[in-house]
Amino acid sequence: MIVELGHFCLCLALVAAIVQSTVPIWGLRTDSAAAMRVADSAAQVQFLGIAVAFGALIHAFVVSDFSVALVAMGSHSAKPMLYKVTGVWANHEGSMLLWVLILALFGVLIALFGRMIPVTVRSTVLAVQGMIGVGFLLFVVLTSNPFARLANPPVDGQGMNPLLQDPGVAFHPPLLYVSYVGFSTAFSFAVAALILGRVDPAWARWMRPWVLLAWSGLTAGIALGSWWAYYELGWGGFWFWDPVENASFMPWLLGTALLHSAIVVEKRSALLKWTILLAILTFALSLIGTFLVRSGVLSSVHAFATDPERGLFILLLLTIAILGSLALFAWRAQSLTDGGDFAVLSRESGLLVNNILLATACATVFLGTLYPLFLDALTGDKVTVGPPYFNRTFLPLFGVLMLAAGLGPFLAWKRARVQELVRHAMRCAIGTAAVTLGAAIVGGLTDPVGLLGVVIAGWLAVATVLDIARRSGWPGTAPSTALRRLVGLPRSAWGMYIGHAGLAIAAAGVIAISVWRVEAIQVQKPGTPVEVGGYRFTLLEVAQTRGPNYQTSIATVKVEDDSGLITVLFPERRWYPVERQPTTEAGISTRWHGDFYAVLGDPDGSGGFVTRFYFNPGVPWMWFGALLITVSGLISLADRRLRVGAPAGATAPLVQPAE
Amino acid sequence: MQRNPILIVLRTALVATLVAGWLGSIGGTALAIDASEMFADPAKEARARDLGRNLRCLVCQNQSIFDSNAGLAKDLRAVVRERIDAGDSDTQVLDYVAARYGDYVLLGPPVNANTYILWAAPLVLLAAALGLGAAYMRGRSRTVRPVQLTDAERQAAQRILRGDRT
Repeated sequence: MIVELGHFCLCLALVAAIVQSTVPIWGLRTDSAAAMRVADSAAQVQFLGIAVAFGALIHAFVVSDFSVALVAMGSHSAKPMLYKVTGVWANHEGSMLLWVLILALFGVLIALFGRMIPVTVRSTVLAVQGMIGVGFLLFVVLTSNPFARLANPPVDGQGMNPLLQDPGVAFHPPLLYVSYVGFSTAFSFAVAALILGRVDPAWARWMRPWVLLAWSGLTAGIALGSWWAYYELGWGGFWFWDPVENASFMPWLLGTALLHSAIVVEKRSALLKWTILLAILTFALSLIGTFLVRSGVLSSVHAFATDPERGLFILLLLTIAILGSLALFAWRAQSLTDGGDFAVLSRESGLLVNNILLATACATVFLGTLYPLFLDALTGDKVTVGPPYFNRTFLPLFGVLMLAAGLGPFLAWKRARVQELVRHAMRCAIGTAAVTLGAAIVGGLTDPVGLLGVVIAGWLAVATVLDIARRSGWPGTAPSTALRRLVGLPRSAWGMYIGHAGLAIAAAGVIAISVWRVEAIQVQKPGTPVEVGGYRFTLLEVAQTRGPNYQTSIATVKVEDDSGLITVLFPERRWYPVERQPTTEAGISTRWHGDFYAVLGDPDGSGGFVTRFYFNPGVPWMWFGALLITVSGLISLADRRLRVGAPAGATAPLVQPAE
Repeated sequence: MQRNPILIVLRTALVATLVAGWLGSIGGTALAIDASEMFADPAKEARARDLGRNLRCLVCQNQSIFDSNAGLAKDLRAVVRERIDAGDSDTQVLDYVAARYGDYVLLGPPVNANTYILWAAPLVLLAAALGLGAAYMRGRSRTVRPVQLTDAERQAAQRILRGDRT
């Protein structure tokens, strides 16, 4: 009964979405504010409907109602409660329901927190959100009904892929959806601006919080997925340039570009058309990402729901959304004129360079991901585009981007002075040289590519610290004055500094693991030590125990160096009888400079076990850097100017002091 | 290009290996590389692993033969080790494998008629983006030069500065 109620509410939400996407537009044509305000209440009804539907599905999973096809296919009565709940979105239908739920949630948030946005703009944005909602709700209702019942319910469910029974991957999809949907909001603002024919600094300010939220969520989602791969897949890798990873990475790259170009719109009223195009393309890439994952066009480990019919439906949605918005852009963008002028050397041009590099990097990833498809379709030849390609094309672009990111914040708006830039760059170069020399001497680094990596990460770190020092006036002012100035910096400035520092730290971690990782693979008898890069790993024993829904072999591995015991690792090898699938759980112990990492393999039949040991330097830096980048977006989100209502009629470019 | 009977046989073998690899994973081969196949010489072993990371496991989904525990990946690793033992250079090993399994086996696509576009695109795109950006910047910066006042305007400004509003 609850399940049918959920299904009914889902259909109700579809009706609300149709109202939300049409009535406000009619209100705009007839200049009726009452009709426009319908958008607010329709958004709320739509959200309530989907929330009830989602709640009904969670309920079905929690009580293990195996008469629901989805529960019978993806759950089991012995599964821990956490994974019963996360099992709701560990399948195609449930994850699409989560997608529309988050979409509707953002709609409600716009309706509630967007009071300072003029009703014409707000209702148009909500109408566009409603159109996206109609598309995806139709998709769920017509092709992916999560509430389908089984005529003959089984006694128990078939269980869930044990690889997905993990806290890291359990919250990976919701975070990705928050970001994809957040970019849909940016898209709606862009389309609304085209419909209304007006873009101004206030528009960028209204859009900014949603982009920041989406971008932070995407950063966290990608990092979480990468973290999961690192400890769960059992070979210590964290990024594989897998098509589905790329599908989430491309919106991140363009979203980062959007974040930066929107600053130019807000501060200087320039780059208007480009920013609108970016908002459209970022969401388009989010849709393409959903399409690639859901349709199984690119075979990959993620393609747990491959169904050509659904793929076709998403392709249709994608085509309508992308071609429709691009056509609107081509038709209306002419009417938008850029405001502020700037010199060749200025903050604006720095941000433009950022956008050029990020867009090129994104296009490279896009081409590399889809090239095998194009080539196969055109010539029938098969080619693989794997990590070596991306390492040789993407990484140089990203390296240059990081070098530029060091200097960008130093440039003044409108017109920067060459001499000052050169002086600043010299200081950064001296600091970078010191860092690189340190890595070469202390770390014994001689590999040229590794050294280049250290130069790049060191440059961004040094430049960021020096720029913070410059803003504080230190040295040259009293420490108390410097501190007061730092505290007084706008939160958005802190967001920028923390984000850039996080990028430098994460990059340093990636470089460290690719240069200094040590590994040992062997058959080991309990009690015998193995030498791994100056550390001694000893397998002590392997014990058999049971978890809630699996059997497991847990090894105890002692790690020592010359000065004594460092840590004890407990790598596991689990067997899930319901799903008939094994998983590996790496034993990891984290230190400030790296991870001790152990994986347990099979017994060799004569008392020994296959074991893999690693010391992975820099890995904690990677996660810490990703955390800083995520937090940086949230700090910017807390900036005062995003909370204070922006002047509604500000059409003239606002000239503001440089930050 | 891949339409001859040998390849069809090969493909059937691939499917068989896929099934075997799947059964093997159920049976519990957890780790890709096992100790029995490793070189005693660490330098050779490092080369074998680096090469393994550049070859695709043909029956897997986006895994290198180094990472995969499928039977075919194991066989390919053995081939790589054989070639290293025979004294091949890294490129010779990759060429040897590619000649037998096609370019599809190389994770780093080779530069040839099929991939010119792929390899050239990043540079071409960057050049195009820089060109567009430069054009935009020129348009923006042309008007940013200090505004020259006419004599009349200058006098008017001086009058205002003196506080004389007439």
